[in-house]
Amino acid sequence: MEVVPAAVKKAYLSRKFKRRNRSILGDFTLTFFLGLFGLFSVWPLIFIINNAFKPLNEIFIFPPKLFVQNPTLTNFQDLLIIIGNSWIPMSRYLFNTVFLTAVGTAGTVIIGSMAAFPLAKYVFPGSKTMSKLIVYSLMFNGTVTALPNYVIMSKLHMIDSYWAVILPSIGSTLGLFLMLNFMVQVPDALIEAAKIDGASEFTIFWRVMMPLSKAAWITLIILSFQNFWGTTGGGFIFSEKLKPISYALMQIVNAGVARTGVASAVTLIMLVVPVAVFIFSQSNVLQTMATTGIKE
Amino acid sequence: MQTSRKPIARTRGETSIANVWKKHKEKYLLLLPFSVIFVVFTVIPVMTSIVISFTSFNMLELPKFVGFGNYINLIVNDDIFLIAVKNTLFFALITGPVSYIMCFVFSWLINELTPKVRAVMTLVFYAPSISGNAYLIWKLIFSSDMYGYANAWLLRLGFISEPILWFDKKEYVFPILILVQLWLSLGVSFLAFIAGLQNVDRTLYEAGQIDGIRNRWQELWFITLPSMKPQLLFGAVMQITSSLSVSQISIELAGFPSVEYAGHTILTHLHDYGFIRYEMGYASAIATVLFFIMVFTNIIVQKALRRVGV
Repeated sequence: MEVVPAAVKKAYLSRKFKRRNRSILGDFTLTFFLGLFGLFSVWPLIFIINNAFKPLNEIFIFPPKLFVQNPTLTNFQDLLIIIGNSWIPMSRYLFNTVFLTAVGTAGTVIIGSMAAFPLAKYVFPGSKTMSKLIVYSLMFNGTVTALPNYVIMSKLHMIDSYWAVILPSIGSTLGLFLMLNFMVQVPDALIEAAKIDGASEFTIFWRVMMPLSKAAWITLIILSFQNFWGTTGGGFIFSEKLKPISYALMQIVNAGVARTGVASAVTLIMLVVPVAVFIFSQSNVLQTMATTGIKE
Repeated sequence: MQTSRKPIARTRGETSIANVWKKHKEKYLLLLPFSVIFVVFTVIPVMTSIVISFTSFNMLELPKFVGFGNYINLIVNDDIFLIAVKNTLFFALITGPVSYIMCFVFSWLINELTPKVRAVMTLVFYAPSISGNAYLIWKLIFSSDMYGYANAWLLRLGFISEPILWFDKKEYVFPILILVQLWLSLGVSFLAFIAGLQNVDRTLYEAGQIDGIRNRWQELWFITLPSMKPQLLFGAVMQITSSLSVSQISIELAGFPSVEYAGHTILTHLHDYGFIRYEMGYASAIATVLFFIMVFTNIIVQKALRRVGV
């Protein structure tokens, strides 16, 4: 969608406006500040990566060292052996997780966005009540609703199926609330224009709202992916062949102190996928949004 | 949330349900799939919990109706609950605003960088949130023996002569929990701010430059903040709920129960009654009280945020 005039876009890209209103001293201080705090936050990531390659004696060394001295792949080899002996093949656990993550994330994003659009852009009977319910339901703690939730799911015969994990997550309102707050910013003029062209609400949703709130749903994909990828299906999935991979890997890790090395390899492996998804989608947000702004 | 919403169609004077349906059919159809799931898996469980809060329910026998008994007990008889409320509010009063400002400042600073560096820096700051229970490394840092990082450094620099038992001393528990919570705070709101900043219309900055905006602070207050109001409101709700619902880091780091209840929060209290004593009626009453504290905080904060950036 061509929202910004081509000339402005070109000028922006040619860095003509890049240095507007900036002082060198300010730039320096801010970069320094960023770097300092960055070191503080990235620490667990460095720790996890290093730990995965440490031989057992280095993991237990006191005082603990952050960086690995003699990197080794033993932890990963041990993990492979354990996986090879698994009763249910690891590929099955992996499939479960991939299925949960794919269907759950797609469901959360699409169903949440569909509902966010009318609530963000129109006033109709019930819309205000619904918006309020959505915000306030974020504030009720999940600990005590777990019990009624379980009863409902068993009444619907959903216990011990993928749906017991997927549907409650879709029904949580975080995603919708995020989408709603971005869709509010889409200019009404664009919707009016689409209507004059004869577009239905569904077309407007898919062709106008979704492309213009890309930054929001990419963020939602990251959050939802992280949520489903790490799920163990605890409390809802009991059949071994339906359990997700993080459950299987946790069983391996929990087998005792001797598995500490394997555990650090597992931590790294479970982290690689969300991090990859994160980097991929973040760079995507930035690329696409760099040239199109939304304006009234 | 409602401020920047400009309804296209004002709907007035609909008389019958049939009329409403005819006029807004497509909107309701878009809402339908979510509404069904939402009602079944969120609204009904929450309502049930609120009903349970008026009963005495041990999960074995049928619930017994006790009226406001649980609430009266909470406020009048439960001294530990009052400690929990005090801790939670004090904790949220510090971590809530600080983490909110941190989320914004860091996303704003990152936004100034070139796209590739920006993607990397976003990951760097988001790292504590993406690495699962990475906060457990704080256990290593504040380990009570001389090998914990904090003790090792303090000993080496000569500030202390013997290791400090961090989580056994009342005065250390609270500050450490605040530190860890702040370290964890660049989460959902941070990502929403990053995405929101990408949405700000670039031409506004050029127009602002012509109109006499001279430095980044003016640009921030007059252009960036007003353009990001919906995201700011979203972030506020997220930070309110997360800063008032601290429990896991307290239980994992300070232990449960923590020394002299120094790390006791409303949610650890709930955890106690829900998972250890199985008094679901009482636990539900705690959840309901927490809910109203959050709703109340939210109303105040939203009012304040409406004034941001004129």
